[in-house]
Amino acid sequence: MTGIVSYGFYIPKYRIKIGDIAKVWGKEEKNISRSLLVKEKTVAGIDEDSLTMAYESSKMAFEGLNIDKKKIGAVYVGSESHPYAVNPTATILAEMLGIRGHYLASDTEFACKAATGAMISGLGMIKSKLTSYVLVSASDKAQSMPHDVLEYTASSASVSLLMGSQDLVLKVLDYSTYSTDTPDFWRRDGIRYPSHGGRFTGLPAYFYHIFNSSSDLLKKTKIKPHQIAHAVFHMPNGKFPIQIAYKLGFDFDQVKQSLVVENLGNSYTASALLGLVSVLEVAQKNDLIFFASFGSGAGSDAFIFQVTDNIDKRRMSLSKKIKNKKYIDYPTYLKFMDTI
Amino acid sequence: MVSIIGYYTTQFGELWEKSLFSLVGEAIDNVLIESGLEKKQIDAVFFGNMLSGILENNLHASAKIAEILKLNIPIFRVEAACASGGSAFNLAVNYVKSQAAETVLVVGAEKMTDFSPEQVVGGLSAASSGEEQESGLTFPGIYALMAQSYLNKNKTKEEDLACISVKNHFHGSLNDKAHFRRQISVSDVLNSAYVAYPLKVLDSSPISDGASSVIITSNKKIIKKAKKPVMVLASEVVNDTISLKKRKNLDSIEATIIAADKVFKKTGLKRKDITVAELHDCFSIAEIIAMEDIGFWKKGEGASGARAYSTMFGRSDNLVVNTSGGLKSAGHPVGATGIKQLGEIYLQLTGRAEKRQVKGAKYGLAHNVGGSGGTVVITILGN
Repeated sequence: MTGIVSYGFYIPKYRIKIGDIAKVWGKEEKNISRSLLVKEKTVAGIDEDSLTMAYESSKMAFEGLNIDKKKIGAVYVGSESHPYAVNPTATILAEMLGIRGHYLASDTEFACKAATGAMISGLGMIKSKLTSYVLVSASDKAQSMPHDVLEYTASSASVSLLMGSQDLVLKVLDYSTYSTDTPDFWRRDGIRYPSHGGRFTGLPAYFYHIFNSSSDLLKKTKIKPHQIAHAVFHMPNGKFPIQIAYKLGFDFDQVKQSLVVENLGNSYTASALLGLVSVLEVAQKNDLIFFASFGSGAGSDAFIFQVTDNIDKRRMSLSKKIKNKKYIDYPTYLKFMDTI
Repeated sequence: MVSIIGYYTTQFGELWEKSLFSLVGEAIDNVLIESGLEKKQIDAVFFGNMLSGILENNLHASAKIAEILKLNIPIFRVEAACASGGSAFNLAVNYVKSQAAETVLVVGAEKMTDFSPEQVVGGLSAASSGEEQESGLTFPGIYALMAQSYLNKNKTKEEDLACISVKNHFHGSLNDKAHFRRQISVSDVLNSAYVAYPLKVLDSSPISDGASSVIITSNKKIIKKAKKPVMVLASEVVNDTISLKKRKNLDSIEATIIAADKVFKKTGLKRKDITVAELHDCFSIAEIIAMEDIGFWKKGEGASGARAYSTMFGRSDNLVVNTSGGLKSAGHPVGATGIKQLGEIYLQLTGRAEKRQVKGAKYGLAHNVGGSGGTVVITILGN
């Protein structure tokens, strides 16, 4: 059985309240918060980027493990905000973690599902016994243009997963993936901020792709929504994951533990995986967890995980980190995002 | 007498899976079925569209429609901003009256939601004067100035404007082709964000996709064979200055006053003879001004009329306005709007308006405005 051996996460301590952004643009906080179901979001500091956050989350994933890093055959970093256009994040991250030489280093890009696609590649390598372990890191200091609606949600965070076949915390029971050419959200080469198609990012993009990957996975595994303990979906805002959960036959109680977007915002590639981290804080052994990412452009990767006996020793507390925060004002936010 | 013998409209809304010409194709195919005609019986086509040249670099629409129809007949593209549809219809009627053709297809269409709001608003601004564009005025700003002028001169509140949107959303809830089919309240309107004071999001018509079509004919055999023909009693186009600053008044559209006087004079009808009307409510204030300019309400009485919901289906004892939901609720795919207005009147006069059918409707009026009143088309239909 292949799956996840351990995991780590990193959220910056800086937060900006949605109301403080709304005020700058003459908008009513209640209208924005009610529409997006987001109250505040994380902001990476001026000396942080997707690489430093990937290092922090990866370091946490290795804590307490005694693993020969020479057995890590691949390091993937999925991000929309790689520090370099040319020069891999994965090699720098691996070097910082003490991994070098005969391993595959690869930066991946598929909007917010860049890392979950890498998870599927990692599963393949492990299943085919090309390697014992694969490290997948999702990390973003998410860009958004000032005054764009994305500015209320785009945040910063990282989640890293060490994948393997032994001593697992989560077994991957199965997965399904679904992709089409759907240009709902994009950023051209050399352009600083992403563009998006407004409501077009909803029905034909987010909902269509997650529904297709997820319904296919439920069909082929013959697992019914009521058998699932927790469901996790990509969180561009607080409304979409609830709506897709209902559409697939899950209820609010199954999805509520994953909804960290209200306090953390949408950290792009790390968004859905942070929901998974939140679920693992309360999950019990043998629980089934349904997980579906979404990447604009567009595609979705859906997984069904089963929690193992190792959960108690590998459990991490995201909720404590969420409470450890420092609020910044809008000019400081612009400074931290290197906008001014 | 020129008569409408068939009408079809596509769904209005965010139709991401459909292109401009797939919408046009749907509107053409279905209006032929509705009319019981073969396409070879069509002598000419008039196509109302505003934005395809600006947004899609796509101007030779007449040839594209020839490709869709596989016919070698005269096809004309008509552009008059938001009055493109009404103008296309007016020209088609005059084309038939001049005996250049007997049976003409009129189709209006717009594809707007594939483009960013900035691109669409920029494109729509082409209907305003260069000076207005240079000063940064967009259409919400232009109509907001008109609304401010109206509110300053008359005892009118923002709540009164909101009543127009409430009424039209109620009507839209009864129209399965409408972009928005939910009812709203006055407080919903008042709590929506300002676009340009005093106009809010829910005072404003949306950006929509859609296509609508009618077939008109003077061929007596076809009219006799048609199940429910409706006569075109009068159709008038009046132009005025493109710039607001050149107008005598901001709280009135003179082109509407002139066009209305002309159609009533030509038909010999009185205002009270009209029991259904589709008025150009691109913003809530526009319907109030149109009601006064056409002469349905006296000048300055718009607020009380709106507040009393005196033109609402089920509450009006005579005239019901915008049974389709108007531009506000049915949606505003610019080139299609003028045709949809005529089609809605056609449905009302032929007893096919379903849940929103006004009993005994005999005469109806359609009012289509381009820009802030630079072009106005008013048509009266009767049966």
